[in-house]
Amino acid sequence: MTTATTGTTTAKGSVGTAHTRVEGRDKVTGAARYAGEIPFAELAYGWLALSTVARGRIRSMDTAPVLGMPGVLTVLHHQNAPRVDSDYVGMLGVPPDPTAAVFQHDRVPHVGWPVALVVAETSEQAREAAEALVVHYEEEPHDVAFSGEHPDAYPLDAHMPAVTEKGELEPELAASAVVIDAEYTTPEEHHNPMEPHAATALWDGGRLEVVDSNQGTMWVADELAKLLSLDPASVRVRSEHVGGGFGSKGVRAHQVAAVMAATVLQRPVRVVMTRRQMFALAGYRSPTTQRIRLGADTDGRLRALDHRSLSLTSTVHEFIEPSAGVGRVMYDADAHHTANRLVRLDVPTPTWMRAPGEAPGSFALEAALDELAEKCGIDPIELRVRNEPERGPVSGLPFSSRELLTCFREGARRFGWADRDPRPGLRREGRWLLGTGTAAASFPAGAMPSTAAMTAEADGTFTVRINASDIGTGARTALTLIAADALQVAPDRVQVRIGDSDFGPAMIAGGSMGTRSWAWAVTAAADELRQRLALSAGLPPEGITVRSDTSEAIGALAQKERHSFGAQFAEVAVDPAIGEVRVRRMLGIFAAGRIVNPLTARNQFVGGMTWGISMALHEEAVRDQATGGHYGADLAGYHVATHADVPLIEADWVDDPDPDDPVGIKGIGEIGIVGAAAAIANAVWHATGVRHRSLPIRPDRVLAAGGEAVTGAPDA
Amino acid sequence: MKEFGYQRAFDVSGAVALLDADPDARVLGGGTNLVDLMKTGVERPARLVDVRELPLDKIELTDDGGLRIGATVTNSDLAVHPEVRRRYPALTQAVLAGASGQLRNMATVGGNLLQRTRCGYFADVTKPCNKRVPGSGCPAIEGEHHNHAILGASEHCVATHPSDMGVALTAFDAVVTYETADGPGELPLTEFYLPVGDTPHLETALPPGALITGVTLPPAPVTVLSRYRKVRERASYAFAIGSIAAALDVRDGVVRDVRLAFGAVASRPWRARAAERVLTGAPADAATFAAAADAELAAAEPLPHNAYKVTLMRNLVVAVLTELTEESTR
Amino acid sequence: MAPAPSSTFSAITLNINGEKHTLSVDHRTTLLDALRERLDLTGTKKGCDQGQCGACTVLLDGRRAVACLQLAVAAEGREITTIEGMAESDQLHPVQQAFLDLDGYQCGYCTPGQICSAVAVIEEHAAGWPSAVTDDVRPEAGPPPLTADEIRERMSGNLCRCGAYVSIVQAVARAAAAEAETTETAEAAA
Repeated sequence: MTTATTGTTTAKGSVGTAHTRVEGRDKVTGAARYAGEIPFAELAYGWLALSTVARGRIRSMDTAPVLGMPGVLTVLHHQNAPRVDSDYVGMLGVPPDPTAAVFQHDRVPHVGWPVALVVAETSEQAREAAEALVVHYEEEPHDVAFSGEHPDAYPLDAHMPAVTEKGELEPELAASAVVIDAEYTTPEEHHNPMEPHAATALWDGGRLEVVDSNQGTMWVADELAKLLSLDPASVRVRSEHVGGGFGSKGVRAHQVAAVMAATVLQRPVRVVMTRRQMFALAGYRSPTTQRIRLGADTDGRLRALDHRSLSLTSTVHEFIEPSAGVGRVMYDADAHHTANRLVRLDVPTPTWMRAPGEAPGSFALEAALDELAEKCGIDPIELRVRNEPERGPVSGLPFSSRELLTCFREGARRFGWADRDPRPGLRREGRWLLGTGTAAASFPAGAMPSTAAMTAEADGTFTVRINASDIGTGARTALTLIAADALQVAPDRVQVRIGDSDFGPAMIAGGSMGTRSWAWAVTAAADELRQRLALSAGLPPEGITVRSDTSEAIGALAQKERHSFGAQFAEVAVDPAIGEVRVRRMLGIFAAGRIVNPLTARNQFVGGMTWGISMALHEEAVRDQATGGHYGADLAGYHVATHADVPLIEADWVDDPDPDDPVGIKGIGEIGIVGAAAAIANAVWHATGVRHRSLPIRPDRVLAAGGEAVTGAPDA
Repeated sequence: MKEFGYQRAFDVSGAVALLDADPDARVLGGGTNLVDLMKTGVERPARLVDVRELPLDKIELTDDGGLRIGATVTNSDLAVHPEVRRRYPALTQAVLAGASGQLRNMATVGGNLLQRTRCGYFADVTKPCNKRVPGSGCPAIEGEHHNHAILGASEHCVATHPSDMGVALTAFDAVVTYETADGPGELPLTEFYLPVGDTPHLETALPPGALITGVTLPPAPVTVLSRYRKVRERASYAFAIGSIAAALDVRDGVVRDVRLAFGAVASRPWRARAAERVLTGAPADAATFAAAADAELAAAEPLPHNAYKVTLMRNLVVAVLTELTEESTR
Repeated sequence: MAPAPSSTFSAITLNINGEKHTLSVDHRTTLLDALRERLDLTGTKKGCDQGQCGACTVLLDGRRAVACLQLAVAAEGREITTIEGMAESDQLHPVQQAFLDLDGYQCGYCTPGQICSAVAVIEEHAAGWPSAVTDDVRPEAGPPPLTADEIRERMSGNLCRCGAYVSIVQAVARAAAAEAETTETAEAAA
């Protein structure tokens, strides 16, 4: 580990300086073991069989021939699987997606619905047997067609109200000198963490043990206990290393199926999703259709803002992608209307995916702002300056801090924005048209109650036990630095243990709230431990352990608009004759609280911006209307950005410590993607003169738009 | 994946005997396509005959100055061979544009020619596909087809051939050699792939049980100035949505000789002979290049969502031939 | 005459990281599953099992390959190097060290594949191999400099969903530069 000190004048030396990851050596040597990699004696392999029809009933299943196949131990399905109870509200305050409550009835609500688990001695045997399982369906007509005109759409309140309305929209639009009215669409997007969902379940001494890949072991343990009506104390879930999550790694079919099989067979059972199965079972981001109407005076000041978003969900569970929420934070207008609506189709249930709501919502809103800037003849940054609100546009609450314009000023300086000619289609370099674009970013900054245990060990070291989850964020390292500073010791004297539900309740890795929530609990524990140590004469052999719980402190936080902000910049090259779009450089400047570990934090921001490239240019899951299933559900059919798509991306930050957080943290996991796709789309317009309002900006779309392109000569 | 037998062949006659004896046997080269298709259930062979150790891994000059490329030469070894790079640079570029470094180290020349389409319906055994299950229908025509064929397709199948290497080989008049129990044979690559018609499941003119032993490239001075350009939906590690292999000999502003083939637009690498006819003897300028492209693409029958490929290929022809013309005068 | 139906299992010996492992494999078993499920060498990761992500990259006879499309039975007789064989006892390989120092990862799941691939990229480049972004592939043009764009193209068979590409490319560049320097020094000394 790097132990370099910085020039900081405080006694606290670790937070704020670059530290390599504490588990880095294990990750670069292959020693770090992920969920599907812990060996167990007598391990059996489960393989999920998924429905091939989009809607209907299971009429029958030919299990007998499969049970006679080599190595097959059992076939679990709706007629023989243990019963589960899905009528509850989980730790995150929402009922479970019944997709995880596998094998309970004969209804099939979408292609890829789990219909059976085949368990065998080897994975090869399980796979062949699952493929050989013949299931007879009674098919019913399905509807998987998502469009802005769907007649059954309805508003749905979720963690935010579906609809907000302030002022009279139509009169303000009518009185506006400049009006933008445009529809934006984003496609179905999939998390695709590199590590597929994997779980091994076993009963050990009367306790259920699940080794899993998830974003919160307590969360998964709690849901499993409720689903299976078990004493919560008898369920232990561990998840030491997690190969990415991005919102997809909660309770899903594989864990429940593995637990059922382990219960029935009384031996360890591992269930791993295939990449293709993940497209049906791991959740995804709903496609969105968003209509935005902006009305402004000639100086660009907004009189009207109307953002309506439609997303989809399954017929078995409601999940809404709240894309229209972003404007409730970003911009004010005399008439300010936002609405999130939902339509239920015969598709799998979507879920949180990196910056849910903000990612697609910021694409639409920030692209519309760029169109408004063009129409008003105002620089896009100046337009945002003129519309910077004093208070929450909808809530009326003060901002805890809002350094958006600081980000824009710093970003503009470093990106060279001042030299930009705003006219589109003027810059040519060989076959490429060049352009630059910008967009604003925001993401909520929150904290959730967590507990931590901290032990002063007899050997002079400290052990932190907290049910945190490091899905690649660097949380384990960040918490080590935070604990070290709170204890005023060097980080190498602190060992942080995470990813074990036995460590007690804590926030999940989600909502950009993980590290902040856990850091708070760690800081509180350290404060208490230091007091205890000051009073004690010496350490007993078992050391001294204290526990913290931040419920009260977090509950006492005043109501404010609490967000991180950022400014995104992109330069693109577009070959209008061939349709290729390449991002040449990106810069993101963020005001996102105190940065704990600059090395890993920069990587997080850049990773989010890389997602922005991927969202702008590549990602799109295609649903076959005839069968209701995906077309090309794999990593060759679903493109995510690869090395060659990603240029040098720079990310940096301005000073913005959260005044109400003991460490000053806000959270950085998601804001990097927010606004990134819009900055790229805006740059594509600047290069070509064509507005691409549907993502991804594929070569065929660029070619189709070729006729509209501005082809002015330089300095024309 | 069902169980299968595995045998490693050490000489060509042994391999051919194994293939001849078992119609359900398949040749295993690098496995980069076959093993994947076995996992997805598209291919269900009873036996694999591993040919990686056959003595077919050489690239040799032929007496007439062409190249003979063994069937088990890996894509990487083909791409980096000095004579390929010197005499057929578009072939090197085509191979390097395909797949990834890892896959090119595994994949063989013979296997590359025999790879199956990447149509998502073909690869998904839960969906209909005439190529996989004759008579089951082609859902792409009414469904997802934005990366499907615009040339030479039929109402029974609109899938494209995914090879990059094959496009350059097709442009350069490569001849496939093979061995059967009845003796050797050869097929020009332009006749190697069968027309789609109503039998999309029959892909090549190879006799049953044949083992590809190699590919022969005739000598052709024109190929020295050649280029492969591939367009795809991300910058690397993706199949083409359109590609072109072109070789050009321009003297005094006139096209003396030309080779042109398209990828990702048909069920096979598409030799653009109509375009070549327009080009030969014509002035090497953008107007000729566009006219040549139009001549070839006049036969295009695009579907609603892949008509962009007509524009794409036309623009690619003009762009690449223009670049080659500029290069030739340098 | 039809040959006798062959067995669907074979006893094989795999040479992995310089050690011989004898085992009986189902012919369906990929090298990837043999490593992970039979030999407890779990450093090689399964990301897609279809040759579409590169997480399972290993070296076969010194060249990078995806273990998910390599049947174990067909790997007999080849020299297999996995991530577990990259470090010399406690001494990390320079590529591993560069990934660690420059944070060339996040979740770590694609990392072993990225590292194995990078080791091979540096060797392929040293051997003069061109790439799809090399302007002039003719041997007379000489080997292209290992620019960031060359590294990006050559590494593109390794997806990183966390989006750590920027720092991965920096790590590969650093390791390549260190290696080139070592080679130069050795040549100067010779």
